[in-house]
Amino acid sequence: MTVISATKKAKRRDVVFPIVNTIILILLMIITLYPVLNTVAISFNDSLDALKGGIGIWPRIFSADSYKELITDPAIYRAFWVSLWKTVITTILNLFFTSMLSYALSRKEYVLRKFITTVLVLTMYINAGMIPNYLLVSRFLKLGNTFWVYIIPTMFSCFNMIVIRTYIVGLPEALVESARIDGAGDIRTFFQIILPLCLPVMATVALFVAVGAWNSWFDTYLYCGSKKNLYTLQYLLKMKLASTQASSNAANTSADALANSVKVAPITIRASITVVSTVPILVVYPFLQKYFVTGMALGSVKG
Amino acid sequence: MTNGAVRASAEKGKIGHFFRTLGKQYQLMIMSVPMLLYVFLFNYGPLWGWLTAFQDYQPRKGLAGSKWVGLKNFEFLFTHNTFFLAVRNTFAMSLINLVFGTVSSILLAVLLNEVRNRAFKRTVQTVTYLPHFLSMVIVAGMAQNIFSGRGTLNEILMTLGLTNSPILFLGEGKYFWWLIGVINVWKEVGWGTIIYIAAMTSIDPSLYEAAAIDGAGRFQRILHVTLPGIKSTFMVLLIMNIGHLMEAGFELQYLLRSGLVMDYSDTIDIFALNYSFGTANPHYAYGTAAGMFKSIVGIILLLGANRIARALDEETLI
Repeated sequence: MTVISATKKAKRRDVVFPIVNTIILILLMIITLYPVLNTVAISFNDSLDALKGGIGIWPRIFSADSYKELITDPAIYRAFWVSLWKTVITTILNLFFTSMLSYALSRKEYVLRKFITTVLVLTMYINAGMIPNYLLVSRFLKLGNTFWVYIIPTMFSCFNMIVIRTYIVGLPEALVESARIDGAGDIRTFFQIILPLCLPVMATVALFVAVGAWNSWFDTYLYCGSKKNLYTLQYLLKMKLASTQASSNAANTSADALANSVKVAPITIRASITVVSTVPILVVYPFLQKYFVTGMALGSVKG
Repeated sequence: MTNGAVRASAEKGKIGHFFRTLGKQYQLMIMSVPMLLYVFLFNYGPLWGWLTAFQDYQPRKGLAGSKWVGLKNFEFLFTHNTFFLAVRNTFAMSLINLVFGTVSSILLAVLLNEVRNRAFKRTVQTVTYLPHFLSMVIVAGMAQNIFSGRGTLNEILMTLGLTNSPILFLGEGKYFWWLIGVINVWKEVGWGTIIYIAAMTSIDPSLYEAAAIDGAGRFQRILHVTLPGIKSTFMVLLIMNIGHLMEAGFELQYLLRSGLVMDYSDTIDIFALNYSFGTANPHYAYGTAAGMFKSIVGIILLLGANRIARALDEETLI
């Protein structure tokens, strides 16, 4: 009897667990998506009404004014282009150099392989700190207030190198050998044989680099704070955030008083910039999911 | 020939062989040496700047012209309460991030591992990866919408009657560390599962079958097969994260801080930033000294964690 009831209990538990599990995971998805949908709702809400708060995932009074404002504001327009160029150029140059390096460090016969790899891996743990980096880039190299300050200092990431190298090591060695027999040198072997096969891992690393470049704001703050035509979208967002911060810390300020103090509420503008600057990433990453999951797993385990 | 001469000529042959091989590998050098030089300049070059930590550094005079002051800058740090608070806050927040982050990611990975419906699993994964791709500025803005006096959380609490007046989550120091922890979990929990799920898929399925035959229930299988299966991954990540224990991440704190929570929000990086850029008369040397302290403690922590792991005969990093 007891044996039977025990197995019955176990069976019941096996029905209960998947249901509980599913509910937990659905709740998690709601918690994850709520702030995002909330931002979208605010961006489409009437600007003054939004100041009263209490908007859920659907606009209370629909209005596309903040998007109209966005399109007509030359500062935002310019920031969009700066962000775009910054992202595109960083990604291309970064991938070019990192992939070449990764190939060289994947060749076991390369006599400098160990030395260079050690020097590169140590960069993950040795960091001079914010101020010496600033002094190098701004005072010594004089890159401050130039577009290149967005590109040059972020050229190398050891993690990305490891991810690409791991992928190349996993390719059949015979590819390189047969290319060599045909008389191809390493540079040609890499660009004609290896690189085309690296497309999945390159897409992954391109996503990492592009997201990093697109999302950064601190570089503008540190190096280009006085140069308005080098402001990026994220930096504009940061400035808008600062302007709404004061009001968020005051609980009982009347919404009307706040509304009178600003022409267009920065909260809706901020929401609409957020939406515009996030949509490109959200459209791309689900398609690359398969690749970056393998890339991440391989890179971190072997690294 | 004496022994020494033999050894010397062998050495010579070795060195000659090395350079001959290197000469043949000139193409590999073209591909890798530029990046090596780049890393020397941008990653190791700033280490020169550490010298300014021992100077009364004046940007106009530069490294050569500034006056040497010995350990005076460090003396300033260790006798000032703001630096003590910055070290405390950095440790507290990175520890909270480490514990919350690791536990939540492992928990989610275990739950996902138990999902049989592949489409549902993939959906959960895609959704939970999303916040990882959002910038900190955007995340801070969302946090403001949720946690401010008029925010969503207060609305829920007030509707449920749990509080009469709004709680200023972002305006009170006692909440700050935990808010940072919660926001970081929200942002990274999904991303953190990737590596654990990868480790779980490499567990031999026959172990699960054997456990089931032995009468192990679902929870016992998780406890005795799944969790031991990810132990080595966990150890490697733990050592790495202990090495980064001085990195509490500073963007989120910087974006959400205000005068009200300063004593809890300001990390070592923010301390350095305030002294270098927040004043009319910048003290770069204090910032450099603070950063140097941070790096050195970080390296000590990493080596210590690695040594302990080795002593316990666990997976090590170095």
